[in-house]
Amino acid sequence: MTKKMTLHLRIWRQPNPHTPGRFVTYTIRDVSSDMSLLELLDVLNEELIKKGEPPVEFDSDCREGICGTCGFLVNGVAHGPKRGRTACQQYLRDFKDGETITLEPFRAKAFPVIKDLVVDRSALDRIMAAGGYISVNTGSAPDANSIPIPKEIAEQAFDAAACIGCGACVAACPNASASLFVSAKIAHLALLPQGQPERIRRVLRMVEQMDKEGFGDCSNHGECEAVCPKNISIKHIAIMRREYLRALWSL
Amino acid sequence: MATAIKLDSKVPSGPLESRWTRHKDQLKLVSPTNKRKYTILVVGTGLAGASAAASLAELGYNVKAFCIQDSPRRAHSIAAQGGINAAKNYRNDGDSIWRLFYDTIKGGDFRAREANVYRLAELSVNIIDQCVAQGVPFAREYGGLLDTRSFGGALVERTFYARGQTGQQLLLGAYSAMMRQVDAGRVTLYPRREMLDLVVINGQARGIVCRNLITGELESYVGDAVVLCTGGYGNAYFLATYAKNSNATAIWRCHKRGALFANPCFTQIHPTCIPVTGDYQSKLTLMSESLRNDGRVWVPKKKGDTRPPNEIPEDERDYFLERKYPTYGNLAPRDIASRAVKAVCDEGRGVGATGRAVYLDFSDTIREKGIEYIKEKYGNLFEMYQHITGEDPYKVPMRIYPAVHYTMGGLWVDYNLMSTIPGLFVLGEANFSDHGANRLGASALMQGLADGYFIIPYTIGDYFANTTLPKVSPEHSAFKESLADVHRFLTKLLSIKGNKTVLEFHRELGMILWDYVGMARNAQGLQIAIEKIRKLREEFWNNLKVPGDNNMLNKNLEMAGRVADFLELAELMAIDALHREESCGAHFREEYQTPDGEALRNDEQFCYVAAWEYTGDLGKPELHKEPLVFEFVTPTVRSYK
Repeated sequence: MTKKMTLHLRIWRQPNPHTPGRFVTYTIRDVSSDMSLLELLDVLNEELIKKGEPPVEFDSDCREGICGTCGFLVNGVAHGPKRGRTACQQYLRDFKDGETITLEPFRAKAFPVIKDLVVDRSALDRIMAAGGYISVNTGSAPDANSIPIPKEIAEQAFDAAACIGCGACVAACPNASASLFVSAKIAHLALLPQGQPERIRRVLRMVEQMDKEGFGDCSNHGECEAVCPKNISIKHIAIMRREYLRALWSL
Repeated sequence: MATAIKLDSKVPSGPLESRWTRHKDQLKLVSPTNKRKYTILVVGTGLAGASAAASLAELGYNVKAFCIQDSPRRAHSIAAQGGINAAKNYRNDGDSIWRLFYDTIKGGDFRAREANVYRLAELSVNIIDQCVAQGVPFAREYGGLLDTRSFGGALVERTFYARGQTGQQLLLGAYSAMMRQVDAGRVTLYPRREMLDLVVINGQARGIVCRNLITGELESYVGDAVVLCTGGYGNAYFLATYAKNSNATAIWRCHKRGALFANPCFTQIHPTCIPVTGDYQSKLTLMSESLRNDGRVWVPKKKGDTRPPNEIPEDERDYFLERKYPTYGNLAPRDIASRAVKAVCDEGRGVGATGRAVYLDFSDTIREKGIEYIKEKYGNLFEMYQHITGEDPYKVPMRIYPAVHYTMGGLWVDYNLMSTIPGLFVLGEANFSDHGANRLGASALMQGLADGYFIIPYTIGDYFANTTLPKVSPEHSAFKESLADVHRFLTKLLSIKGNKTVLEFHRELGMILWDYVGMARNAQGLQIAIEKIRKLREEFWNNLKVPGDNNMLNKNLEMAGRVADFLELAELMAIDALHREESCGAHFREEYQTPDGEALRNDEQFCYVAAWEYTGDLGKPELHKEPLVFEFVTPTVRSYK
């Protein structure tokens, strides 16, 4: 049932990368429990603008959990209390009336803060450029049904391909490792027959780029899997390791 | 300022089936060594932009790709759910290129070019091949071959899908292909950039001015052609299924630099979205049309029936789509289904707290095929519904209502996808080309990728081979003027220092458009809309409050610029809707309907593309007409009964 709530937001405010940030607490009264957490930030920002204070900057785009743009720590958890969801899919009905909610940006060396809750995740694009693809020029593809792929394999590849590149896995990892993100792409393509020709080059280059970007190593904490909004399994990291060893042996 | 623009569609002649092939054979080519001398600016990295950037770079051109998001992978194509059409006829169910062509042109209520639509159907086949080769994990059958399902407006199963995330998987395919070219040094990425002006020199599109959204700096980029892939303008309505950052600024600024805007009143309202719950709402969420394969749409027969759905017996339910359109049933096309939903709600038979919703009920399918069947096909959609509403759609029927979802209108382009400004090409939803007055489901992905992978790589070469392009530098006076214009515009927004926020203006504009330029329109309402939009625009420029400064990340300033443009475009949408005195597709004028409430077209007077020219006076755009000639199909009354 819809009810009215009062919430306190303790938010990380940082005007730019060079100025130290700090937490500021705001109170918002009489909001509907059907509202989303990002809509609560919209309401707060309207109030701040009217008062002549700078609004809280945060990234968001599709607001339906698929684009991967939004994301910050909610009470220390990447994306928030409800598992398997992005920040934009967290609703106030899942918080307590009168609760203080702490919001801060994803923390990782490879994700520098730009402003308030906005971080720079372009390192993930550079890892993709290093090998997250199958080399096939436009126009050179054979008929789609000439490559049969068993349904189970296609489903497994899909489970890995569902990654939205939000970076929550990095934010949750004590080592700030991007292993879940990288392994999801490696597994997706290594599972498919189309991905075989570049299998070795892909894993070597993507892992190398991940290291270069300053992400840490994986030490099996499993925090990444717990916060992944698309429930990508940590088993993909095992696949990535196997792929990496296999690649090293074949050199 | 009106000029003697002659609209030349450049549609080739001859048999429909061989037009594109013959056209390609006649296009001029650029040699491999010369290709690297050309720089192409691709704006937007959705399906159209990413596929164009990748394909053009593969050919050897220098590509600069711009997007407003922090990563090109976030473009709103990612949110497309249900699928992509292709005339593969893998099902042996009678599909063909001709049939996909016919369904699409009929679905568009005979307001698109035959040759364009036929080419789209033809290329659909290549798209699926390309995407599979890239590793897109489409749904498969146990034998390992590709699975398909049906979508609205078709009697065959030609829609390929990847669970409920087809757009995501196709976009990641195109994005990956583009990132490969980034690695190869042929594409340079410019994320968090917003195009704020087009630079035209000697009548040719030669560059763009962007704002760096992190630093606020204005940047000039020189190119030999500009390829605009910036999507549709549905966010003019504020509440829509678009992403929050989707906007019309790039196409609108090009319009003001001379590109004609075609059929702006053709805006699609999708029947199955999660209904509005409160005035704080920031967007609406689509529930894929594919759900109508297995879900049945109904309302109570009685007005004001407030019983919970499971307490309403079968014989007191009205499955109104099945009743009104027995042949297509729940898979009636979007415009028709939306109007039917609105009609039953207007009668007072809507459900839910606001009465502006109908049920989409899966209980029959769950009973017949089991919950696992539904989970596999629509799992993520059911989850999303539950996240948003807090209700379990496996147990209670979904409640749905129409919402703004797509715009068929856009910048006018010829058969080569070039606008009325030489060197400015427009792809995907940003152009007007293929869907007429209504788009069929699973056709947006098809068009974005056809344009980017298979059309622009051919047509842009012909432009270069036929055109002399003098050397231009960012020091050219046209760049300087454009920079000054943009700077003035931004400074003005910041200097008003009024009392109302951008969001308040945007919501107000959205209400005007939804009430008067929405699912049903009439002359009187449209005149009221035009008055109200003008008044709101005036208030905007006198009472807007934008916080912060220009030299920083300032999302409110970004939004302010976009809303300023929506306030201008909205008037053109209303003017176009007022001038088109007929009902066709998604454009339903209440004055023009059949006795049983269906759209009544007027082919004698309105069988044309309405392309509007900016004259400097927003209230007096100049209309140019491109007549639509039907040589191969006969426009008929569009019946789905």
